[in-house]
Amino acid sequence: MLGKKSILDAGSLETEDINLILSNADSFLEISRRDVKKVPTLRGKTVVNLFFEASTRTKTSFEIAAKRLSADIINFSSSTSSLKKGESIIDTLKTILSMKVDLIVIRHSDSGTAKMIERFVDIPVINAGDGKYQHPTQALLDLYTVKKRFGKFEGLKVAIVGDFLDSRVARSDMDLFEKMGMEVTIVAPTMLLPEDYSKMKVRHNIDEVIKDTDILYMLRMQFERQDRKFYPSVMEYNRFLTLDMKRLGMMKPGSVVMHPGPVNRGIEITDEVMDVGGKLGEKIAIEEQVTYGVAIRMAILYLILG
Amino acid sequence: MKEKAQILSENDIDRVIKRISHEILERNRGSESLVFIGLQKRGVPLAKRIADNIKKFEGTEIETGKLDITFYRDDIGKNIKPTAQITDISFDIEGKNVILVDDVLYTGRTVRAALDAIIDFGRPKSIQLVVLVDRGHRELPIRADYVGKNLPTSLSESVDVKLKETDSEDSVTLAEGE
Repeated sequence: MLGKKSILDAGSLETEDINLILSNADSFLEISRRDVKKVPTLRGKTVVNLFFEASTRTKTSFEIAAKRLSADIINFSSSTSSLKKGESIIDTLKTILSMKVDLIVIRHSDSGTAKMIERFVDIPVINAGDGKYQHPTQALLDLYTVKKRFGKFEGLKVAIVGDFLDSRVARSDMDLFEKMGMEVTIVAPTMLLPEDYSKMKVRHNIDEVIKDTDILYMLRMQFERQDRKFYPSVMEYNRFLTLDMKRLGMMKPGSVVMHPGPVNRGIEITDEVMDVGGKLGEKIAIEEQVTYGVAIRMAILYLILG
Repeated sequence: MKEKAQILSENDIDRVIKRISHEILERNRGSESLVFIGLQKRGVPLAKRIADNIKKFEGTEIETGKLDITFYRDDIGKNIKPTAQITDISFDIEGKNVILVDDVLYTGRTVRAALDAIIDFGRPKSIQLVVLVDRGHRELPIRADYVGKNLPTSLSESVDVKLKETDSEDSVTLAEGE
């Protein structure tokens, strides 16, 4: 069904496959709204969630997606801290493969782990985030959120704001957004820019894009990957890059705010904005992203294993 | 070129649907407990037409839903059918007489899948099946309650249903070869 059986990165997804995943997601969204949220489609298939790095929503999302399709799912979590990386992963894999599973979902703090594993096994592998490299299912659910809100991609203006350094979400999202014809501007302090931004439209102050942007994509400040201070102070960050009520009010009608979660309140987005209701609250699509994440992952599992 | 024979014309289809609409009302003693579910994709416009007829005859509006059975198929992985159509059953089927509508009844496997799907939505009082054409060759113990046209076929023949809503004309033809 999909051109490729494994999904390792966003960039190598064909437009045809992207559209197939997005259009199937609509059907799975409907299933998630039923009283009985389960279809027998993948009965008898076994999926393993192999998580070597902390995750709540991605892991839960894959788990719910597999269960709603009637697949069995095994959760395997491990901290890499005390393990010798390469070798131990292969050993773990050998154990799991001998249990006859049908698909592996993998998250790891080292970039390229998903690719390495895919070469080693003969079953499909889905990358659920590897180090600073890629997080393709996040990019797909973000794309689906845009599709549901705007009904199109071509010509939409998206500003991605925040910590680009080591951000696999930013990398994956930029790949897909640009592929679908959206105009991407990146907004970040110099120290948090991606390694190579020579071909990107770069701004340093959120106020330069706020009035004009259709989609404001706030990246999570990744403290866990920062070994030193990349900006002078939180106050300084708030002045130039935080989404606060004043800035939210300046956004144009129909525009949306997205965030891959979990949000650092008071850094990327203020408390007031996170809890705002009414007309302005409708702009915040963060919970939708989570809901759509399940539908997207159901579509992916169905198209790979179905 | 495939040899084609017309089985039902536009007028025939219209008459058949009117007759079935009356039969449904007769058997269920009115329209009170009825809901319609059309199978994607040609069962959907057929269900709509029957509902429109009943509105004309009885003046009652009958709730009509759509069902796609892709996720309930027993041949997933064998018979590839990538994109599922929309399922939309936004009413309660508990205790209702569900009238399931499809264009062609053949092996019965689609109907088997549809029964599983419907039961996930609740416990209807009954499920009755309407088909425009019954071409035989059942592989499961399933039969239709209302049949537009019984059409004995050979396995090598194919039945081609066209409806205005989906194919811009109304016709049923029988063709030799797949």
